[in-house]
Amino acid sequence: MSVLSESRASAAGIGLVCRGLTKTFPGVRALDGVDLEVRYGQVEVVLGENGAGKSTLMKILSGAHAADAGSMTLDGAPYRPDTPRAAIASGVVMIHQEMNLVPDLSVAENIFLGRQHQRNGRIQYGEMNRAAAELTRRVGLTADVSTPVSRLSVAAQQQVEIAKALSLDARILILDEPTAALGAAESERLFEIIDELRADGVGFVYITHRLREVARVGDRVVVMRDGQRVAGWDRADVEIDELVEAMVDRTVDQVYPEPREPDDGELLRVDGLGREGAFSDVSFTVRPGEILGIAGLVGAGRTELARALFGAEPADRGRIVVDGREMRIRAPVDAISAGIVLVPEDRKAQGLVLGMSVQDNIALPSLKDVAQGGVVRRSGVKRLVDELARRLDLRGQPGQAAGTLSGGNQQKAAIAKWIPKNPRVVIFDEPTRGVDVGAKVSIYRLIDELSRNGVGVIVISSELSEVLGLARRVLVLSHGHQTGLLEREEATEERVMTLAVSG
Amino acid sequence: MSATTQEPEAPARDNSAPAWRAVFDRFGSSGPLLGLLVLVVVLTVMSDAFLTVNNLVNVFQQISVLAILALGMTAVIITAGIDLSVGSVVGLSGVVAGWTFVEAELPMVIAFLAGLAVGALAGFISGLMITVGKLPPFIATLAMLSMARGLALVISDGRPISGYPDWFRDITRYQIFGLVPPSVLLVVALFVLGSAYLRYRPSGRALYAIGGNEEVARLSGLKVNLEKLKVYTAAGALAGLGGLILMSRLDSAQPTAATGMELDVIAAVVIGGASLAGGRGSMSGTLVGALIIGVLRNGLNLLDVSAFWQQVIIGAVIAIAVMTDTLRRRSKR
Repeated sequence: MSVLSESRASAAGIGLVCRGLTKTFPGVRALDGVDLEVRYGQVEVVLGENGAGKSTLMKILSGAHAADAGSMTLDGAPYRPDTPRAAIASGVVMIHQEMNLVPDLSVAENIFLGRQHQRNGRIQYGEMNRAAAELTRRVGLTADVSTPVSRLSVAAQQQVEIAKALSLDARILILDEPTAALGAAESERLFEIIDELRADGVGFVYITHRLREVARVGDRVVVMRDGQRVAGWDRADVEIDELVEAMVDRTVDQVYPEPREPDDGELLRVDGLGREGAFSDVSFTVRPGEILGIAGLVGAGRTELARALFGAEPADRGRIVVDGREMRIRAPVDAISAGIVLVPEDRKAQGLVLGMSVQDNIALPSLKDVAQGGVVRRSGVKRLVDELARRLDLRGQPGQAAGTLSGGNQQKAAIAKWIPKNPRVVIFDEPTRGVDVGAKVSIYRLIDELSRNGVGVIVISSELSEVLGLARRVLVLSHGHQTGLLEREEATEERVMTLAVSG
Repeated sequence: MSATTQEPEAPARDNSAPAWRAVFDRFGSSGPLLGLLVLVVVLTVMSDAFLTVNNLVNVFQQISVLAILALGMTAVIITAGIDLSVGSVVGLSGVVAGWTFVEAELPMVIAFLAGLAVGALAGFISGLMITVGKLPPFIATLAMLSMARGLALVISDGRPISGYPDWFRDITRYQIFGLVPPSVLLVVALFVLGSAYLRYRPSGRALYAIGGNEEVARLSGLKVNLEKLKVYTAAGALAGLGGLILMSRLDSAQPTAATGMELDVIAAVVIGGASLAGGRGSMSGTLVGALIIGVLRNGLNLLDVSAFWQQVIIGAVIAIAVMTDTLRRRSKR
């Protein structure tokens, strides 16, 4: 009797235990005998390239899929959720990368959606808001619970999601790339929330592509590749190179190509550029073949600057000069004919028409160039796309819907569509967000190749190491103001961060 | 949402699709065409009068106005828009043409062109309300529906305008080879042109991108507003043409002609596989959709089903057609 209760107690400490999980889809073995242990009060980091089987594993944990083989126990008892609802009832809640909130409903209503406090069929707002305020305090959300979530930042919306999970008595929380859309300060805030919940005994499964945060947030690390668990550590302060090697199964010598010395002359000059309410008085130049980095916290005006250069939301002050000629850029069409193109930060909403085929997406800006005598022929489009796919190592069928590509290949397609326009200046806004390590490296190579061909490149990224690794000069923005323009030698992480939080 | 459908690892299943599927797929999607064929077989069995050359020409004749309107509507719906005003524009263009010939005593050719022009102008104004005025297409064209119908009644004082030259009536009456009226040939020609436009012209391809994701289209350098303006203007001009053909058939311009027809038009487009969410649709699918409605009406008439019941049955067919298409599409992915 005492033996039994003792083994139960230790099992309870472990939480969720998976043994030999296997899942086969027609033609593909997505998971192959995977073991995973999620302990209460600990963060289990799961790493792997896209397609490594992480999402399949999470879907099994959260009840969206059933495993073909293997077993799961929760608190020592068999755990076999057949729907997400059943998983939630057992206390296992997944927070998706694309958040599931109703934009026009309040924070409180979102937290208690479908479970609002009622009396005689009427919603008791006072009671509900009080309960919601209790939860939002726990996750550090400062906004009032009656605010519609559409008015909250991405970080705050995430806090609402976590509060909602807590309201469901979640004991195991699965976070899918929670920092993908967050800046450095917001990510740190999230880590603090995780720390607090961890102290309260909540167990986490934490998926990320940002290897630098593993040591900060995790307790243990698991690396997956090709549906298998290929490495695991009982600690999280693993060398990043070691993690990358496990993920890609090859050694990384040089992730960032050394930036080349730019050509003489001035390709792009930006003078006192500004847009009311977004940023003001930004001035810089880009030489042919130069890579300029733009750093700053989320909300510093980086994306707004990029969109102004591209005419998506035109600037209302200042000058944009390309090759010595002042350009009037009021719309993307103007920017494209001036030779400036943008690979936008949100490729799913701004870069690609997800329901359209890959080849139609890539041909979109060049339809008129591909047309012969005003006629777009499928064969012409195919020739163009096949060549680009080869050059960019873009995997997938030209005819498949762009939305079904992996993140890395979507990004390659979003870049590929500009190549036939022979751009002079290419702006990359968060080029490797949500992209696996392998695809990251090929995107860096592509950026390098562009600069070697004399193209001016502007790279915006929330990953500071990426900006510092790629760029020859770094422009720092803070609260819409330009606070610095650093040469590569002087651009250290500390310098940039100091400038990013000043002003 | 079943989560299995989103599994990126799952391979596409329809590699081994039989050859007939490819033929059907040229018609946008095989569902509507299959439905049409089933309908034709059933009606052939149930009525001796159905599968005769004369009756089939008759069906085409009856759907020509619907089909011409649906042609423009397909392009509008592909851009994720809607045009509710086409029925009213049919009435207006007829009345304007009739007034120009009978009251202003100008030549019929001028009257014909005036009818076309007023249709195009109505579409252009709807387009302006949508692109410059930022009105949702539903609201802009609802306003145009009311304005166009009102103007038709004002100009005609609510009365039909009759009495046109023979050549104008012959557009729908003369029988080439003793069989096919010019208006039917016109419909076929317009569908070939429209289909080629969507498939081969840069601006035709652009419509799918605009409907799929307008922001992506804009950021890709497409002139979104210009393309939309063109589409609504074309839909208006086609509605104008539809008005002239209806007028030729009735030998009279009726201010209340084609009231409510926009709903039949939308039904034809949707049965043909287009999505009201935009980004999907084809001219061949729409033609099949219009034929399904036409064949069904014709068949029910031959079978002596009352006009009241016909409405019930057509409603059910719309629901079933779109539902099976959606379900099939989902299971295929």
